[in-house]
Amino acid sequence: MTVKTAEPLADITPAAVEVHDVHKWYGAHRVLDGVDLTVRPGEVTVILGPSGSGKSTLLRVINHLEKPEIGYVSVNGELIGVKQQGGRLKELSERAILAQRGRIGFVFQNFNLFPHLTVLDNVAAAPVATGRLGKPEALELARELLGRVGLAEKTGAYPRQLSGGQQQRVAIARALALRPGVILFDEPTSALDPELVGEVLAVIKDLATSGTTLVIVTHEIGFAREVADRVVFIDGGKIVEQGPPHEVLDKPQHERTRDFLSKVL
Amino acid sequence: MSEPPGTTVSLADAPSTDVPSKPLTAQRVQPLRRPGRWLVTLVVLVLVAQFIHGLVTNSFYQWDRFGYWFLRPTILDGLVITLEVAALSAVLGLLGGILLALARLSKSPVLRAASWTYVWALRSIPLIVVLIFLYNFSALYQTLSIGVPFGPAFFSFDESKLATDMAVAVVGLSLNEAAYAAEVVRGGILSVDQGQHEAASALGLPKSYQFRRIVFPQALRSITPNYVNQLIGLIKSTSLVFYVSLLDLFGSAQTMGSTYPGDIVPLLLVVTVWYLILTSVVSVIQFYVERHYARGATRSLPPTPIQKLRAGATDLRARIRREASI
Repeated sequence: MTVKTAEPLADITPAAVEVHDVHKWYGAHRVLDGVDLTVRPGEVTVILGPSGSGKSTLLRVINHLEKPEIGYVSVNGELIGVKQQGGRLKELSERAILAQRGRIGFVFQNFNLFPHLTVLDNVAAAPVATGRLGKPEALELARELLGRVGLAEKTGAYPRQLSGGQQQRVAIARALALRPGVILFDEPTSALDPELVGEVLAVIKDLATSGTTLVIVTHEIGFAREVADRVVFIDGGKIVEQGPPHEVLDKPQHERTRDFLSKVL
Repeated sequence: MSEPPGTTVSLADAPSTDVPSKPLTAQRVQPLRRPGRWLVTLVVLVLVAQFIHGLVTNSFYQWDRFGYWFLRPTILDGLVITLEVAALSAVLGLLGGILLALARLSKSPVLRAASWTYVWALRSIPLIVVLIFLYNFSALYQTLSIGVPFGPAFFSFDESKLATDMAVAVVGLSLNEAAYAAEVVRGGILSVDQGQHEAASALGLPKSYQFRRIVFPQALRSITPNYVNQLIGLIKSTSLVFYVSLLDLFGSAQTMGSTYPGDIVPLLLVVTVWYLILTSVVSVIQFYVERHYARGATRSLPPTPIQKLRAGATDLRARIRREASI
């Protein structure tokens, strides 16, 4: 896939994620400054950028953990956090927003597993709480997903008894339990010891090859080169350039991209 | 090499200057003597012994009368009242506290202000004033009604029938308790990591589920010790219900004391011992509740007293074996 810019959608299948002219301020500080981004179904997009560039905020806008001040986001053709009514955008109820988030997976830098629940219950909680599955089916699914991330024998453990890499794999299983159409990863390996990074990247790579739509904020350039269909470089709240990894990573067009890559590579 | 010859100490030379003994490598380090610690221990033991001696031998305490009163039906009836008032107020106070804490943490400025004002007012007014105020409430408002202010009433109650002494006591204590519990609960909720709220939210868990199953159980870990502290205060505060003519443990003893003035000291001892027992029971329950909510928060649970005893015995045996082998 070689989608270079976010162009209006011509084909019938809706974009997996469409970010349209999003602006976001924290007080007087402008974090996102008119971001447009289109992610096709099944595509793996890696977002790169220096710290404070707005890449995490962009990810959090997609599942409405942050409200954009201007612009809108849609996931699989559905507006997120707002609805269109009489030609205007209106805020959705909290309940409706929570339901939408159930269709978007999110994996945090610090895992944020529920420490008082066992690994199995962490994964099974959401399908039960949202009424999608009965308790036995949810536990069955949780066992299957934990097996998929290589933690079949850790079901009864509590998160704090696991290593960081194991915790992050549980967090990925937890996100998968809702069978989301899109999974967002916010620096999934940044809180890990170097020797644990590989096991988490392996799980993400497995998802990437299975055709799940992924949007990943990361500093792992090698990983980006390997799995990304598209790399997006963001700085100062704006997308500076985007394209296939061999273009953006090897022949960056912009000074800022070159500058950033020379520091991290 | 800068040292003058002759002052060099080498390990091989050391034993020759000392009592002939094993080579240094085979020796055990002698523990540091701590004479100060022994002295303090001695002083404390003497003081404790004196205190116990006084308790036992001083006829002022009248231990025979203590034995007479300790399980008297009047005292036990009082104890039941104390337990009832304390239990009801503890539960209602905690429920009220949770609601007040949620209101205080809500996004609505009106709810926040209302909760803050309630806590401010109830923490300012002495409990005894609240109780006596409620006791005289039926004189102020003969009927309580629910309806539109200045408009029609939907329900009304004859307050003098509703306000039994028990109800006055429980309502008064609960109102007071809720104000303190609100702060304890709020502190507990704030102690839960922001990431937990975000994770629950990102998973799309319904709001009530987020609170009941994710946030509150984690908050309980810090709420429990603080609320138990509060609860022990509450148990003692129940002695104030005597002033709204409810004969609790203290009230019964007080009444008996005015009938048998010679027995005031043993009666006070009876009350003291019962309160000690109640506090001890609460502390034991606290240990197990805290242990329950520690699951997942620590890698291994704190040991129960029995587990500690067992571990202690194992250590001691190992130590004896080690000593014997040296």
